[in-house]
Amino acid sequence: MTRPPRGGGPGRLLLHAVAYAVVVFLLLPTILVAPMSVSPEKYLQFPPAGFSLRWYAAYFADREWIEATLFSAQAGLIAAVGATVVGTMAALALVRGRVRGRMVVELLVVGPVVVPHIALAVAMFLVFEQLRLTGTLLGFAMAHIVLALPFAIFTVLAALYRFDADLEMAALSCGAGRLRTFWHVTLPMILPGVASAGLFAFIISFDEAVVSFFISDLDRKTLPRKMFEDIDFDVSPVLAAVATMLSLLTIAVLVLGHFFRQMADRRAAPVAEAGGR
Amino acid sequence: MALGGAGTEGRVAVRDLVKRFGPVAAVDGVSLDVAAGEFVALLGPSGSGKTTILMAIAGFEFPTSGRVEIGGEDVTWAPPNKRNLGMVFQRYTLFPHMSVVENIAFPLKMRGIGRAEREAKAQAALATVRLEGYGARRPSQLSGGQQQRVALARAIVYRPRVLLMDEPLSALDKNLREEMQLEIKHLQQRIGVTVVFVTHDQTEAMTMADRVAVLDRGRLQQVGAPRDLYEAPATPFVAGFIGETNFLPGRAKAAAVAGAPVAVALDGGGEAVATAVGAVPAGVAVRVAVRPERVALSPPSADTLPGTIAEAIYAGVATTCIADIGGDRRLRARIAAGTGLVQWEPGARVGVGWRAEDARAFAAAP
Repeated sequence: MTRPPRGGGPGRLLLHAVAYAVVVFLLLPTILVAPMSVSPEKYLQFPPAGFSLRWYAAYFADREWIEATLFSAQAGLIAAVGATVVGTMAALALVRGRVRGRMVVELLVVGPVVVPHIALAVAMFLVFEQLRLTGTLLGFAMAHIVLALPFAIFTVLAALYRFDADLEMAALSCGAGRLRTFWHVTLPMILPGVASAGLFAFIISFDEAVVSFFISDLDRKTLPRKMFEDIDFDVSPVLAAVATMLSLLTIAVLVLGHFFRQMADRRAAPVAEAGGR
Repeated sequence: MALGGAGTEGRVAVRDLVKRFGPVAAVDGVSLDVAAGEFVALLGPSGSGKTTILMAIAGFEFPTSGRVEIGGEDVTWAPPNKRNLGMVFQRYTLFPHMSVVENIAFPLKMRGIGRAEREAKAQAALATVRLEGYGARRPSQLSGGQQQRVALARAIVYRPRVLLMDEPLSALDKNLREEMQLEIKHLQQRIGVTVVFVTHDQTEAMTMADRVAVLDRGRLQQVGAPRDLYEAPATPFVAGFIGETNFLPGRAKAAAVAGAPVAVALDGGGEAVATAVGAVPAGVAVRVAVRPERVALSPPSADTLPGTIAEAIYAGVATTCIADIGGDRRLRARIAAGTGLVQWEPGARVGVGWRAEDARAFAAAP
């Protein structure tokens, strides 16, 4: 080639058009829900006939919605802490430890991602039913830890790979034991990665629907499960309001996660290696 | 500061150390004694095992067999944080999320020393490495040389009995490196700590160390003061690794005991004299090693090797003449500037020679 491949031939234009069409198609339903949620009418309607926050008010006034939300938040928090702690430990073991069959373990870690959620849901239902864990906070938290764990492990693994392991040797040579080396040196350095692992674990738990559908009971249910029920009984604009708030929460978490990642990159930036003074 | 390495506290001994990685022996039966307060350099090319020995002393590698003793105590299997050693790494390894003074105070914190005392000792250590006033900075705000000084301060702040250094100056540029060599040497003499220093740079080893241990392929070649290594290398490897050496293969014309002069019939013609390093039986293959500055060039005569100057390289302090002595053999001769010796021009016919005590004959390994 005599010139850099740049500028717009017709093929390139078409490619862009298709790419943007896909993005719009993906986002459109999510974006449409927001105006529908502020419609004053009793049924879902687009375009909205006016502007009203009555369905948001209805959500906050409804004990069932709030209970489901709080239950989801509790399960999400426990799942986030659990997945982060276990994920960090597992990532450390994979990177620093002498784990037999490390390849196998690394493959198994991906398990919950590749196994169809519905299969996982049935399996968990059968086991949890025996253990009387269905409809309990502990049951939801455990199920969500399993689902969030792969993401937590990979996020922390990425942070560990960026981290200079020689710093751990330096800490050991300074008289710190393994535990204190982790606490004073490794953890502060990988903290942004650990924090973003926690955030994503929370989101994965908070909007998880399939497994929750199976392990809920009549009283204890998560927010997504409650939304499913509402769609079955009456399709009220409260649903649109809840969906909009969920989307905003997810976006907020993504932005926060992005911020953590930037922080992680800055932390990992190598200390000046140049000579001279 | 107190004399941290005085007495027997700072003694380091490595006994019959072997470290295998799979079928490869990185360290192959090395024994070495370092006296308290001594500065010993482990010198060798990459893959010689020098870093593995240091890591075994530090506790980051456990040997396949053999022992490590510090202060007369067997620490072969003790974890690194229980050995009370100071360590400076090749890369500066300062904790980026801590300030300079927090970095230096870290080992004191790990030893349960109170905040006020920590701060005072860290500031004192900072002054020792001439970085007063830099305590509040982050490591990333310092230059390479300053960072390595902070790493040094962190390694000596708790007055360890032994200081281990793994090529600590290799990331610095040449001028700064030479300055730091002397600075570390002076600091070591002032605080009296035992130092084991790994380097691949022979000049650095010779400049800094009381004794140098030369390693090749996991084996200890020779341990001695810089002068001994240069003047009396025990193996051809040491002769070739430390300084510049001309090697000429040949056969001993007569038997000689160690230290006696031996006449050698050179492969490719001619005869030369050298001092036998070990006992040399008559007729055995030997290698004659002679330093360029010990080679004398003169007008051709009966008791010198006839040669022709192929090249004369002027380098200010000295001129290196490359003499072709036939049989595809070339010898380097170095003529120091200002000595009034003849400056030979390329093409000149010369006689090449040396005194027996200036050359060494190594019996070739059977």
